[in-house]
Amino acid sequence: MVDHTVKAFDADIGQLRGMISQMGGLAEDAIGLAMQALARPDPQLAARVRADDKAIDAIEAEVERLAVRIIALRAPMAVDLREVVAALKIAAVVERIGDYAKNIAKRVPMIEGGSEGGGHRIEPLSLLPSMARMASDMVRHALDAFAARDAEAAVRVVESDAALDDFYDSIFRTLVTYMVENPRTISQVAHLLFVAKNLERIGDHATNVAEMVYFAATGTQMADRDRGGPDKDRS
Amino acid sequence: MIHNPSAKISAREVSVFYGANQAIDTVSIDVDRDNVLAFIGPSGCGKSTFLRTLNRMNDTVASARVSGEILLDGEDIYAPSMDVVQLRARVGMVFQKPNPFPKSIYENVAYGPRIHGLATARADLDAMVEQSLRRAGLWDEVKDRLTDSGTALSGGQQQRLCIARAIAVDPEVILMDEPCSALDPIATAKIEELIHELKGRYAIVIVTHNMQQAARVSQQTAFFHLGRLVEFGATSDIFTNPREERTRDYITGRYG
Repeated sequence: MVDHTVKAFDADIGQLRGMISQMGGLAEDAIGLAMQALARPDPQLAARVRADDKAIDAIEAEVERLAVRIIALRAPMAVDLREVVAALKIAAVVERIGDYAKNIAKRVPMIEGGSEGGGHRIEPLSLLPSMARMASDMVRHALDAFAARDAEAAVRVVESDAALDDFYDSIFRTLVTYMVENPRTISQVAHLLFVAKNLERIGDHATNVAEMVYFAATGTQMADRDRGGPDKDRS
Repeated sequence: MIHNPSAKISAREVSVFYGANQAIDTVSIDVDRDNVLAFIGPSGCGKSTFLRTLNRMNDTVASARVSGEILLDGEDIYAPSMDVVQLRARVGMVFQKPNPFPKSIYENVAYGPRIHGLATARADLDAMVEQSLRRAGLWDEVKDRLTDSGTALSGGQQQRLCIARAIAVDPEVILMDEPCSALDPIATAKIEELIHELKGRYAIVIVTHNMQQAARVSQQTAFFHLGRLVEFGATSDIFTNPREERTRDYITGRYG
Protein backbone atom coordinates (compact mmCIF):
# COMPACT_ATOMS: atom_id res chain seq x y z
CA MET A 1 0.00 0.00 0.00
CA VAL A 2 1.21 3.51 -0.78
CA ASP A 3 2.17 5.70 2.18
CA HIS A 4 -0.13 8.42 3.44
CA THR A 5 0.56 11.91 2.22
CA VAL A 6 0.66 12.89 5.89
CA LYS A 7 3.60 10.86 7.19
CA ALA A 8 2.58 11.14 10.84
CA PHE A 9 -0.54 9.14 10.00
CA ASP A 10 1.64 6.21 8.93
CA ALA A 11 3.64 6.60 12.11
CA ASP A 12 0.47 6.44 14.23
CA ILE A 13 -0.84 3.35 12.46
CA GLY A 14 2.59 1.73 12.71
CA GLN A 15 2.70 2.43 16.43
CA LEU A 16 -0.77 0.94 16.89
CA ARG A 17 0.17 -2.20 15.02
CA GLY A 18 3.40 -2.46 16.98
CA MET A 19 1.53 -2.35 20.29
CA ILE A 20 -0.84 -5.10 19.15
CA SER A 21 2.11 -7.38 18.26
CA GLN A 22 3.74 -6.59 21.58
CA MET A 23 0.54 -7.45 23.48
CA GLY A 24 0.14 -10.63 21.50
CA GLY A 25 3.71 -11.67 22.31
CA LEU A 26 3.13 -11.08 26.03
CA ALA A 27 -0.14 -13.04 26.00
CA GLU A 28 1.54 -15.94 24.23
CA ASP A 29 4.37 -15.91 26.78
CA ALA A 30 1.81 -15.83 29.59
CA ILE A 31 0.11 -18.97 28.28
CA GLY A 32 3.44 -20.79 27.91
CA LEU A 33 4.76 -19.77 31.33
CA ALA A 34 1.48 -20.53 33.10
CA MET A 35 1.54 -24.03 31.64
CA GLN A 36 5.18 -24.46 32.65
CA ALA A 37 4.30 -23.37 36.15
CA LEU A 38 1.47 -25.90 36.16
CA ALA A 39 3.53 -28.80 34.81
CA ARG A 40 6.54 -28.44 37.09
CA PRO A 41 4.78 -27.25 39.38
CA ASP A 42 6.34 -23.85 40.09
CA PRO A 43 4.27 -21.47 42.27
CA GLN A 44 6.88 -18.68 41.94
CA LEU A 45 6.65 -18.75 38.19
CA ALA A 46 2.86 -18.79 38.50
CA ALA A 47 3.01 -15.69 40.69
CA ARG A 48 5.15 -13.96 38.06
CA VAL A 49 2.64 -14.73 35.31
CA ARG A 50 -0.07 -13.17 37.44
CA ALA A 51 2.01 -10.05 38.06
CA ASP A 52 3.03 -9.72 34.42
CA ASP A 53 -0.59 -9.54 33.32
CA LYS A 54 -0.58 -5.90 34.37
CA ALA A 55 1.76 -5.13 31.48
CA ILE A 56 -0.79 -6.50 29.01
CA ASP A 57 -3.54 -4.44 30.62
CA ALA A 58 -1.37 -1.34 30.39
CA ILE A 59 -0.75 -1.80 26.66
CA GLU A 60 -4.45 -2.34 26.08
CA ALA A 61 -5.17 1.03 27.71
CA GLU A 62 -2.51 2.61 25.51
CA VAL A 63 -3.94 1.05 22.35
CA GLU A 64 -7.31 2.45 23.32
CA ARG A 65 -5.89 5.95 23.82
CA LEU A 66 -3.99 5.91 20.53
CA ALA A 67 -6.92 4.49 18.55
CA VAL A 68 -9.26 7.15 19.90
CA ARG A 69 -6.69 9.81 19.10
CA ILE A 70 -6.28 8.56 15.53
CA ILE A 71 -10.05 8.51 15.03
CA ALA A 72 -10.42 12.01 16.47
CA LEU A 73 -7.47 13.66 14.76
CA ARG A 74 -7.12 11.83 11.49
CA ALA A 75 -10.64 10.64 10.67
CA PRO A 76 -9.39 7.37 9.15
CA MET A 77 -11.31 6.01 6.17
CA ALA A 78 -11.76 2.66 4.50
CA VAL A 79 -8.87 0.27 5.19
CA ASP A 80 -7.40 2.66 7.78
CA LEU A 81 -10.69 2.87 9.63
CA ARG A 82 -11.12 -0.88 9.58
CA GLU A 83 -7.60 -1.37 10.85
CA VAL A 84 -7.98 1.08 13.73
CA VAL A 85 -11.31 -0.44 14.76
CA ALA A 86 -9.86 -3.94 14.47
CA ALA A 87 -6.85 -2.94 16.58
CA LEU A 88 -9.14 -1.54 19.25
CA LYS A 89 -11.17 -4.75 19.39
CA ILE A 90 -8.18 -7.06 19.09
CA ALA A 91 -6.52 -5.32 22.04
CA ALA A 92 -9.57 -6.02 24.19
CA VAL A 93 -9.60 -9.67 23.13
CA VAL A 94 -5.88 -10.16 23.71
CA GLU A 95 -6.32 -8.64 27.15
CA ARG A 96 -8.92 -11.36 27.83
CA ILE A 97 -6.52 -14.02 26.58
CA GLY A 98 -4.01 -12.69 29.11
CA ASP A 99 -6.67 -13.01 31.81
CA TYR A 100 -7.20 -16.68 30.96
CA ALA A 101 -3.46 -17.30 31.22
CA LYS A 102 -3.47 -15.51 34.55
CA ASN A 103 -6.37 -17.67 35.69
CA ILE A 104 -4.41 -20.79 34.79
CA ALA A 105 -1.48 -19.50 36.83
CA LYS A 106 -3.79 -18.78 39.75
CA ARG A 107 -4.79 -22.42 39.92
CA VAL A 108 -1.20 -23.72 40.15
CA PRO A 109 -0.90 -23.51 43.97
CA MET A 110 -4.33 -25.09 44.45
CA ILE A 111 -3.56 -28.05 42.23
CA GLU A 112 -0.09 -28.52 43.65
CA GLY A 113 -1.02 -28.06 47.30
CA GLY A 114 -4.05 -30.29 46.98
CA SER A 115 -2.18 -33.53 46.51
CA GLU A 116 -2.84 -35.18 49.85
CA GLY A 117 -0.73 -38.23 49.10
CA GLY A 118 2.36 -35.96 48.95
CA GLY A 119 3.88 -35.56 45.51
CA HIS A 120 1.06 -37.47 43.96
CA ARG A 121 0.80 -36.25 40.36
CA ILE A 122 -2.32 -36.43 38.32
CA GLU A 123 -1.70 -38.31 35.09
CA PRO A 124 -4.04 -36.45 32.74
CA LEU A 125 -2.05 -33.30 33.46
CA SER A 126 0.31 -34.49 30.75
CA LEU A 127 -2.37 -33.89 28.12
CA LEU A 128 -2.73 -30.21 28.84
CA PRO A 129 0.59 -28.81 27.55
CA SER A 130 -0.09 -29.93 23.98
CA MET A 131 -3.57 -28.42 24.12
CA ALA A 132 -1.95 -25.24 25.42
CA ARG A 133 0.51 -25.23 22.53
CA MET A 134 -2.36 -25.56 20.12
CA ALA A 135 -4.23 -22.63 21.70
CA SER A 136 -1.09 -20.54 21.87
CA ASP A 137 -0.32 -21.27 18.20
CA MET A 138 -3.77 -20.03 17.28
CA VAL A 139 -3.10 -16.78 19.13
CA ARG A 140 0.24 -16.37 17.40
CA HIS A 141 -1.11 -17.18 13.96
CA ALA A 142 -4.04 -14.78 14.42
CA LEU A 143 -1.70 -11.96 15.36
CA ASP A 144 0.75 -12.83 12.59
CA ALA A 145 -2.20 -12.62 10.20
CA PHE A 146 -2.94 -9.14 11.56
CA ALA A 147 0.67 -8.06 11.11
CA ALA A 148 0.67 -9.38 7.53
CA ARG A 149 -2.92 -8.26 6.77
CA ASP A 150 -3.37 -11.85 5.60
CA ALA A 151 -7.06 -12.80 5.29
CA GLU A 152 -6.33 -16.38 4.25
CA ALA A 153 -4.15 -17.00 7.28
CA ALA A 154 -7.03 -15.64 9.38
CA VAL A 155 -9.40 -18.16 7.81
CA ARG A 156 -6.96 -20.97 8.66
CA VAL A 157 -6.95 -19.85 12.31
CA VAL A 158 -10.73 -19.94 12.44
CA GLU A 159 -10.78 -23.38 10.88
CA SER A 160 -8.23 -24.73 13.34
CA ASP A 161 -10.54 -23.93 16.27
CA ALA A 162 -12.56 -27.10 15.65
CA ALA A 163 -9.51 -29.25 16.42
CA LEU A 164 -8.97 -27.39 19.69
CA ASP A 165 -12.62 -27.93 20.60
CA ASP A 166 -12.24 -31.64 19.89
CA PHE A 167 -9.13 -31.70 22.05
CA TYR A 168 -11.07 -30.06 24.85
CA ASP A 169 -13.88 -32.61 24.56
CA SER A 170 -11.50 -35.51 24.81
CA ILE A 171 -9.67 -33.98 27.79
CA PHE A 172 -13.01 -33.31 29.43
CA ARG A 173 -13.95 -36.99 29.13
CA THR A 174 -10.56 -38.14 30.33
CA LEU A 175 -10.67 -35.89 33.39
CA VAL A 176 -14.21 -36.92 34.31
CA THR A 177 -13.25 -40.57 34.03
CA TYR A 178 -10.20 -39.92 36.16
CA MET A 179 -12.28 -38.21 38.85
CA VAL A 180 -14.72 -41.12 38.94
CA GLU A 181 -11.85 -43.54 39.43
CA ASN A 182 -9.90 -41.35 41.87
CA PRO A 183 -12.44 -39.49 43.97
CA ARG A 184 -9.69 -38.14 46.27
CA THR A 185 -8.38 -36.02 43.41
CA ILE A 186 -11.67 -34.41 42.52
CA SER A 187 -10.86 -30.93 43.81
CA GLN A 188 -7.52 -30.84 41.94
CA VAL A 189 -8.88 -32.31 38.75
CA ALA A 190 -11.76 -29.85 38.82
CA HIS A 191 -9.10 -27.12 38.59
CA LEU A 192 -7.58 -28.93 35.62
CA LEU A 193 -10.99 -28.94 33.99
CA PHE A 194 -11.04 -25.19 34.32
CA VAL A 195 -7.54 -24.98 32.88
CA ALA A 196 -8.71 -26.97 29.85
CA LYS A 197 -11.76 -24.76 29.58
CA ASN A 198 -9.58 -21.65 29.73
CA LEU A 199 -7.46 -23.01 26.88
CA GLU A 200 -10.58 -23.74 24.88
CA ARG A 201 -11.75 -20.14 25.47
CA ILE A 202 -8.35 -18.81 24.41
CA GLY A 203 -8.92 -20.61 21.10
CA ASP A 204 -12.32 -18.94 20.76
CA HIS A 205 -10.76 -15.55 21.38
CA ALA A 206 -8.01 -16.23 18.85
CA THR A 207 -10.84 -17.03 16.45
CA ASN A 208 -12.41 -13.65 17.21
CA VAL A 209 -9.09 -11.95 16.51
CA ALA A 210 -8.85 -13.80 13.21
CA GLU A 211 -12.33 -12.69 12.23
CA MET A 212 -11.39 -9.07 12.91
CA VAL A 213 -8.20 -9.50 10.92
CA TYR A 214 -10.28 -10.82 8.05
CA PHE A 215 -12.63 -7.85 8.26
CA ALA A 216 -9.78 -5.34 8.46
CA ALA A 217 -8.08 -6.91 5.46
CA THR A 218 -11.08 -7.46 3.21
CA GLY A 219 -13.86 -5.15 4.41
CA THR A 220 -16.29 -8.08 4.58
CA GLN A 221 -17.29 -10.31 7.48
CA MET A 222 -15.96 -13.82 7.43
CA ALA A 223 -18.92 -16.03 6.57
CA ASP A 224 -20.47 -17.57 9.66
CA ARG A 225 -19.06 -21.01 10.17
CA ASP A 226 -20.20 -23.98 12.15
CA ARG A 227 -17.39 -24.15 14.66
CA GLY A 228 -18.32 -27.16 16.74
CA GLY A 229 -20.83 -29.79 17.56
CA PRO A 230 -23.49 -29.87 20.25
CA ASP A 231 -20.76 -29.89 22.94
CA LYS A 232 -19.69 -26.39 21.99
CA ASP A 233 -21.27 -24.52 24.86
CA ARG A 234 -20.60 -27.00 27.60
CA SER A 235 -18.54 -25.51 30.38
CA MET B 1 -29.18 2.26 -24.45
CA ILE B 2 -30.80 1.07 -21.24
CA HIS B 3 -32.74 3.69 -19.40
CA ASN B 4 -33.26 3.20 -15.69
CA PRO B 5 -36.81 4.43 -14.97
CA SER B 6 -36.12 5.11 -11.27
CA ALA B 7 -33.36 7.56 -12.20
CA LYS B 8 -34.11 11.28 -12.20
CA ILE B 9 -31.14 11.95 -14.42
CA SER B 10 -29.40 9.39 -16.59
CA ALA B 11 -26.06 10.33 -18.06
CA ARG B 12 -24.76 7.98 -20.74
CA GLU B 13 -21.20 8.07 -22.05
CA VAL B 14 -20.86 11.76 -21.47
CA SER B 15 -17.64 13.38 -22.58
CA VAL B 16 -16.80 17.06 -22.24
CA PHE B 17 -14.12 18.87 -24.19
CA TYR B 18 -12.71 22.33 -23.63
CA GLY B 19 -11.23 22.99 -27.04
CA ALA B 20 -8.81 20.13 -27.60
CA ASN B 21 -8.70 19.11 -23.94
CA GLN B 22 -10.96 16.33 -22.79
CA ALA B 23 -12.21 17.13 -19.27
CA ILE B 24 -14.70 14.27 -18.95
CA ASP B 25 -14.23 10.86 -20.53
CA THR B 26 -17.34 8.72 -21.24
CA VAL B 27 -19.03 9.00 -17.86
CA SER B 28 -22.28 7.11 -17.32
CA ILE B 29 -24.17 7.57 -14.08
CA ASP B 30 -27.73 7.71 -12.77
CA VAL B 31 -28.97 10.31 -10.28
CA ASP B 32 -31.65 8.83 -8.02
CA ARG B 33 -34.74 10.92 -7.39
CA ASP B 34 -34.78 10.32 -3.62
CA ASN B 35 -31.14 10.39 -2.73
CA VAL B 36 -28.23 12.70 -2.25
CA LEU B 37 -25.36 11.89 -4.59
CA ALA B 38 -21.90 13.21 -3.78
CA PHE B 39 -19.12 13.73 -6.32
CA ILE B 40 -15.64 13.52 -4.84
CA GLY B 41 -12.19 13.57 -6.33
CA PRO B 42 -9.00 15.62 -6.46
CA SER B 43 -8.96 19.11 -7.95
CA GLY B 44 -9.19 19.03 -11.71
CA CYS B 45 -10.75 15.57 -11.82
CA GLY B 46 -13.79 16.90 -13.66
CA LYS B 47 -16.41 16.57 -10.96
CA SER B 48 -17.53 20.20 -11.19
CA THR B 49 -17.42 20.11 -14.97
CA PHE B 50 -19.60 17.05 -14.95
CA LEU B 51 -21.99 18.62 -12.44
CA ARG B 52 -22.34 21.62 -14.72
CA THR B 53 -23.30 19.45 -17.68
CA LEU B 54 -26.41 18.38 -15.76
CA ASN B 55 -28.06 21.76 -16.26
CA ARG B 56 -26.01 22.90 -19.24
CA MET B 57 -24.01 25.48 -17.34
CA ASN B 58 -21.10 24.62 -19.62
CA ASP B 59 -23.06 26.18 -22.49
CA THR B 60 -21.75 29.51 -21.26
CA VAL B 61 -18.17 28.40 -21.94
CA ALA B 62 -17.56 29.06 -25.63
CA SER B 63 -14.99 26.30 -26.15
CA ALA B 64 -16.94 23.63 -24.26
CA ARG B 65 -18.41 20.73 -26.19
CA VAL B 66 -20.50 17.93 -24.69
CA SER B 67 -21.07 14.52 -26.27
CA GLY B 68 -23.11 11.58 -25.04
CA GLU B 69 -26.58 11.75 -23.64
CA ILE B 70 -28.11 13.26 -20.50
CA LEU B 71 -31.74 12.44 -19.84
CA LEU B 72 -33.89 14.26 -17.30
CA ASP B 73 -36.92 12.05 -16.70
CA GLY B 74 -36.10 10.40 -20.01
CA GLU B 75 -35.88 13.67 -21.90
CA ASP B 76 -32.65 14.64 -23.64
CA ILE B 77 -31.55 17.93 -22.08
CA TYR B 78 -29.20 18.65 -24.99
CA ALA B 79 -32.00 18.27 -27.57
CA PRO B 80 -32.45 21.40 -29.71
CA SER B 81 -36.03 21.66 -28.47
CA MET B 82 -34.92 21.97 -24.83
CA ASP B 83 -35.52 25.39 -23.32
CA VAL B 84 -32.34 26.03 -21.33
CA VAL B 85 -33.90 28.64 -19.05
CA GLN B 86 -36.67 26.19 -18.20
CA LEU B 87 -34.09 23.43 -17.71
CA ARG B 88 -32.17 25.52 -15.18
CA ALA B 89 -35.35 26.15 -13.26
CA ARG B 90 -35.94 22.40 -13.10
CA VAL B 91 -32.30 21.71 -12.28
CA GLY B 92 -31.24 24.45 -9.89
CA MET B 93 -27.75 25.24 -8.77
CA VAL B 94 -25.99 26.50 -5.64
CA PHE B 95 -22.40 27.64 -5.97
CA GLN B 96 -19.27 27.54 -3.89
CA LYS B 97 -19.42 31.18 -2.88
CA PRO B 98 -22.81 32.49 -1.83
CA ASN B 99 -23.91 34.85 -4.60
CA PRO B 100 -27.12 36.60 -3.57
CA PHE B 101 -28.34 39.34 -5.89
CA PRO B 102 -27.62 42.85 -4.56
CA LYS B 103 -31.30 43.17 -3.78
CA SER B 104 -33.50 42.62 -0.76
CA ILE B 105 -33.84 39.21 0.83
CA TYR B 106 -37.42 39.12 -0.40
CA GLU B 107 -36.46 40.01 -3.97
CA ASN B 108 -33.70 37.40 -4.03
CA VAL B 109 -36.30 34.70 -3.51
CA ALA B 110 -39.19 36.30 -5.41
CA TYR B 111 -37.13 36.98 -8.53
CA GLY B 112 -37.26 33.45 -9.94
CA PRO B 113 -40.96 32.76 -9.46
CA ARG B 114 -41.75 36.16 -10.91
CA ILE B 115 -39.72 35.80 -14.12
CA HIS B 116 -40.92 32.24 -14.57
CA GLY B 117 -44.48 33.44 -14.13
CA LEU B 118 -45.09 31.08 -11.23
CA ALA B 119 -46.80 33.79 -9.21
CA THR B 120 -48.21 37.17 -10.10
CA ALA B 121 -50.45 38.13 -7.20
CA ARG B 122 -48.55 39.66 -4.31
CA ALA B 123 -50.10 37.24 -1.81
CA ASP B 124 -49.03 34.21 -3.85
CA LEU B 125 -45.53 35.58 -4.13
CA ASP B 126 -45.41 36.26 -0.38
CA ALA B 127 -46.46 32.69 0.29
CA MET B 128 -43.81 31.35 -2.09
CA VAL B 129 -41.10 33.47 -0.51
CA GLU B 130 -42.07 32.33 2.96
CA GLN B 131 -42.26 28.66 1.98
CA SER B 132 -38.89 28.78 0.23
CA LEU B 133 -37.23 30.56 3.14
CA ARG B 134 -38.77 28.07 5.55
CA ARG B 135 -37.54 25.11 3.52
CA ALA B 136 -34.11 26.68 3.42
CA GLY B 137 -34.20 26.98 7.21
CA LEU B 138 -33.80 30.75 7.04
CA TRP B 139 -37.31 32.10 7.67
CA ASP B 140 -37.06 32.56 11.44
CA GLU B 141 -33.81 34.45 11.07
CA VAL B 142 -34.95 36.88 8.37
CA LYS B 143 -38.73 37.18 8.59
CA ASP B 144 -38.51 40.60 10.29
CA ARG B 145 -36.06 42.05 7.80
CA LEU B 146 -37.11 40.83 4.40
CA THR B 147 -36.37 44.24 2.91
CA ASP B 148 -32.74 44.21 4.06
CA SER B 149 -30.17 43.52 1.39
CA GLY B 150 -29.34 39.84 0.84
CA THR B 151 -25.67 40.74 0.87
CA ALA B 152 -25.96 42.00 4.46
CA LEU B 153 -26.50 38.47 5.75
CA SER B 154 -23.71 36.28 7.13
CA GLY B 155 -22.00 33.86 4.74
CA GLY B 156 -23.98 30.88 5.97
CA GLN B 157 -27.25 32.80 5.78
CA GLN B 158 -26.38 33.99 2.30
CA GLN B 159 -25.80 30.41 1.21
CA ARG B 160 -29.16 29.36 2.63
CA LEU B 161 -30.70 32.36 0.85
CA CYS B 162 -29.21 31.04 -2.38
CA ILE B 163 -30.74 27.65 -1.61
CA ALA B 164 -34.10 29.36 -0.96
CA ARG B 165 -33.71 31.14 -4.28
CA ALA B 166 -33.07 27.83 -6.04
CA ILE B 167 -36.03 26.20 -4.29
CA ALA B 168 -38.39 29.09 -5.09
CA VAL B 169 -38.79 28.06 -8.73
CA ASP B 170 -39.84 24.59 -7.62
CA PRO B 171 -36.93 22.62 -9.09
CA GLU B 172 -36.73 18.85 -9.37
CA VAL B 173 -32.97 18.61 -8.95
CA ILE B 174 -30.58 20.79 -6.96
CA LEU B 175 -26.90 20.81 -7.90
CA MET B 176 -24.51 22.07 -5.25
CA ASP B 177 -20.92 22.89 -6.13
CA GLU B 178 -18.93 22.88 -2.87
CA PRO B 179 -21.70 24.78 -1.09
CA CYS B 180 -19.89 24.85 2.27
CA SER B 181 -16.29 25.50 1.32
CA ALA B 182 -16.58 29.17 2.24
CA LEU B 183 -18.51 28.57 5.46
CA ASP B 184 -17.54 27.98 9.08
CA PRO B 185 -18.36 24.64 10.77
CA ILE B 186 -21.64 25.84 12.30
CA ALA B 187 -22.94 27.27 9.04
CA THR B 188 -21.73 24.09 7.34
CA ALA B 189 -23.68 21.96 9.80
CA LYS B 190 -26.81 24.01 9.06
CA ILE B 191 -26.41 23.47 5.33
CA GLU B 192 -25.85 19.77 5.88
CA GLU B 193 -28.96 19.56 8.04
CA LEU B 194 -30.81 21.41 5.31
CA ILE B 195 -29.60 18.96 2.66
CA HIS B 196 -30.91 16.19 4.86
CA GLU B 197 -34.32 17.87 5.08
CA LEU B 198 -34.48 18.60 1.36
CA LYS B 199 -33.64 15.02 0.44
CA GLY B 200 -36.67 13.22 -0.92
CA ARG B 201 -38.32 16.42 -2.09
CA TYR B 202 -35.53 17.10 -4.58
CA ALA B 203 -32.85 14.96 -6.14
CA ILE B 204 -29.59 16.46 -4.87
CA VAL B 205 -26.11 16.25 -6.31
CA ILE B 206 -23.28 17.78 -4.31
CA VAL B 207 -19.65 18.30 -5.21
CA THR B 208 -17.44 18.46 -2.15
CA HIS B 209 -13.77 18.36 -1.25
CA ASN B 210 -14.67 17.52 2.30
CA MET B 211 -14.90 13.75 2.38
CA GLN B 212 -16.40 13.71 5.83
CA GLN B 213 -19.14 15.87 4.41
CA ALA B 214 -19.71 13.52 1.49
CA ALA B 215 -19.87 10.66 3.97
CA ARG B 216 -22.35 12.54 6.17
CA VAL B 217 -24.81 13.95 3.65
CA SER B 218 -24.95 11.49 0.79
CA GLN B 219 -26.36 8.05 0.23
CA GLN B 220 -24.38 7.51 -2.94
CA THR B 221 -20.89 8.62 -3.83
CA ALA B 222 -19.09 8.87 -7.15
CA PHE B 223 -15.30 9.16 -7.24
CA PHE B 224 -13.84 10.98 -10.24
CA HIS B 225 -10.22 10.93 -11.28
CA LEU B 226 -8.64 12.42 -14.40
CA GLY B 227 -12.02 12.95 -16.03
CA ARG B 228 -13.22 9.41 -15.48
CA LEU B 229 -15.76 7.98 -13.11
CA VAL B 230 -13.61 5.53 -11.15
CA GLU B 231 -16.14 4.21 -8.69
CA PHE B 232 -19.80 4.76 -7.95
CA GLY B 233 -21.74 3.12 -5.15
CA ALA B 234 -23.41 3.36 -1.76
CA THR B 235 -21.62 5.96 0.37
CA SER B 236 -21.26 3.52 3.25
CA ASP B 237 -19.42 1.08 0.98
CA ILE B 238 -17.21 3.70 -0.64
CA PHE B 239 -15.97 4.96 2.71
CA THR B 240 -15.58 1.64 4.51
CA ASN B 241 -14.67 -0.72 1.71
CA PRO B 242 -13.99 0.88 -1.68
CA ARG B 243 -13.52 -1.58 -4.51
CA GLU B 244 -11.00 0.42 -6.47
CA GLU B 245 -7.45 1.03 -5.35
CA ARG B 246 -7.53 4.63 -6.59
CA THR B 247 -10.65 5.35 -4.55
CA ARG B 248 -9.05 3.85 -1.47
CA ASP B 249 -5.83 5.80 -1.93
CA TYR B 250 -7.77 9.03 -2.36
CA ILE B 251 -10.15 8.71 0.58
CA THR B 252 -7.49 7.42 2.95
CA GLY B 253 -5.13 10.28 2.11
CA ARG B 254 -2.63 8.24 0.11
CA TYR B 255 -3.26 10.03 -3.16
CA GLY B 256 0.16 10.68 -4.66
